[in-house]
Formats: sequence, C-alpha cells, structure tokens
Amino acid sequence: MCGHCGCSSAVHGGRAHPHEHIHADGTRHSHVHTHDHAHGDGHEHQHHHGHEDVTVIELEARILEKNDARAAQNRAWFAGREMLALNLVSSPGAGKTTLLERTIRDLAGELQIGVLEGDQETDLDRDRIREAGAPAVQLNTGTGCHLEADMVARGLDQLRPGFGSVLMIENVGNLVCPAMFDLGERAKIVVLSVTEGEDKPLKYPHMFAAASLMLINKTDLLPHVDFSVERAIGLAREVNPEIQALCLSARSGDGFAAWYDWLRRETTAVRAITND
Amino acid sequence: MHELAITRNIVAIVGEAAQGRRVTRVTLEIGKLSGVMAEAIAFCFEAVVAGTPLGDAALDIRAIEGRGQCRECGAEFVAKTLFAACPCGSRHVQRLAGEELKIRAIELADKEAA
Repeated sequence: MCGHCGCSSAVHGGRAHPHEHIHADGTRHSHVHTHDHAHGDGHEHQHHHGHEDVTVIELEARILEKNDARAAQNRAWFAGREMLALNLVSSPGAGKTTLLERTIRDLAGELQIGVLEGDQETDLDRDRIREAGAPAVQLNTGTGCHLEADMVARGLDQLRPGFGSVLMIENVGNLVCPAMFDLGERAKIVVLSVTEGEDKPLKYPHMFAAASLMLINKTDLLPHVDFSVERAIGLAREVNPEIQALCLSARSGDGFAAWYDWLRRETTAVRAITND
Repeated sequence: MHELAITRNIVAIVGEAAQGRRVTRVTLEIGKLSGVMAEAIAFCFEAVVAGTPLGDAALDIRAIEGRGQCRECGAEFVAKTLFAACPCGSRHVQRLAGEELKIRAIELADKEAA
C-alpha cells in the first residue's frame, strides 16, 4: 500500500480524484483529475506536462514542520529544567500584561517567573514587567502578527530562566495567528475580557480550541457591560469541551486565588513528569 | 496575517527540495478547518516567489473537507466548522480531516523544452 495517499496499490492507474483548485491568480475551479501514469514507491517520477520534461516529487511535507521541530526542542529544554512554560494569548487590550504584573508581585518569593514579551513594536511591556520585579525580554515581531518557536528560543538565550521557574510567554495581541504556532509551551492560556463580546470563542474558534485555560478578565466591569460569563464559558466549551475557565480582575485582584492554585498545580505536575 | 509566514515556509521547504532546479508546479493540501485562507496563500505566493527557483511555478491548492468522528456514537460526518457537533448532538468529536497544511508534491523542470 502506498503510505502517502492511502491507495491500495503502488500503482496509481486511472484513479479519479475530484478536487477544488485555487490558482495563484485567485481563480478557483473544481474538476476531476485523472492519473493515468504508473509509478513505483519511489515517489519521484517523470511524465509529460505540456511539452516540458518534469520530475514530480511527492514531498508530503508539513508546512509548519520547522516551527514544530523548534517547538519540540524548546519543550525538551523546558522539561530538562523542570520549567512550566505558558503561552498567553488574547486580543490587544484584554489585560495580559496587567495580569502578569499582579501575578509577579503576589507570587514574589514563591514562584520564580520570567517573561518573554511579544509585541510588534516598543519595549513598553518589558519595562512594566521589570518594574513589577521579574526578568523580561522583549521580542519585537515587526510586521509579524505572532511569535514563532525560533523567536522564543532566541529570547531564552537572553532571559536565561532558572531551574524550576515559570516562563510566561506573552504573545502578540491577536486571536488568529498565534493559535497556529506551537512555541513549546505546556499550555495556551486565552485571556478574554468582559468588555469584548461573549461570542468571541465562536468567532475565533481556533484559539479557543487550542487553549487549555480561559481567564475571563476585568470582572470588576461586569456591572457596566452586557456580558454573560455563563454564556461565554458555554460558547468556549462548544469549541473546546475540555477548556477550563476562571474569572478574575487584574485590576482589583478578585479571583486571583484560583488562578494561583492553577499555577501551583501545573508547576507540581511539571516536576512530577520530569521526575517520573 | 499568518499566511505570509506560512507562504515563506512553503517557499523555503520547496526551495530546499528543488536543490537548484526550476520549480514548475507546487501542489498544496489545505484543510478547510486549518485556519489558513487558500486565497491569501495564493496572494502571498506571487509576492514571495519572485527571484526564487519558484519564480514561475504554478500553484495548485487542494481544499480538504473537514471530517469528524463522534466519540460517543462513533458516526463519521462532514464538519463544516472546527466546532461542528455530531448529528447525534455530542460535541465530543475527534477531528479526522480538514486541518491539513501540507505540500503534497512539487514538479521540477529537468531541462528547458527541447
């Protein structure tokens, strides 16, 4: 059997594959494509297309394999240091940095926290985190809309986080692109503030599907906005039945005890895995 | 726009595989639930390939339908969205297809047409 396309023989003869095409000029059409050439399992063969001799290589390459390989290296690096690495994602302005500032101040002396700050431009958030008392490295993506695993690896060279520490990777504020790029984290945490629509999980399903924990932030503003916490959690679970949810206010500190318990459980779990 | 980063990855992987030969065609498989817009890839492709061995390669994008299997009743069904429930109502669904992001095949010119 051909391991690539799943057909029952090594010879592709007269098999019709209906499919949809989109060409580089944007035109789209569907048609049935019939293969009438036979080839062995080498997956490199010659045939005529127009008047030119061409070689077809059945590459079967995953487009994000380089990022995924780099992310796997980061993950192994974290495991070797018994580190808990978390990837924080949200829309711009949901309160990721404020959440980190409070967490760093409250857990000083208990958890050693280091931060990689992703933003398109400026060092402003790095400075806020340092002010709160944690080491931080800014990663500016320029025109990029998300962090990739190799940027995190470079950030780690500068940050040099300690054994058993917690690494918070604050991704670029964006609910679309960061969902696709594994950084090597143990979990993605999506922050949703009550000033945003409660239907965000359905509008940006990839992010909520990829996240393990949803933090509903700015609950101090609940009396002033039409936001149903129950509905937001319900919609997030439509996309991801396993997602955990906690409500808190990074401004007032309300609800942070449960978040800290979550962090403590995860740091313990990381140590248990490495010492197993 | 993550499609630009993804297109750069495509061009890098294909460029490596081509080992200096001219690329005449690139066939991609992009799942309809992958979160990547095929139109945006096609748009970025034109910009990114300029001056590379893929400079005049044709781009074929095969869209892969989303499919899921229910963990409760076992049924297989077409999933139009990432969070499509099984017709039985269950949301505990294993995604079988539709999230592909793959370079299926490339065609290389052996020599200029004789």
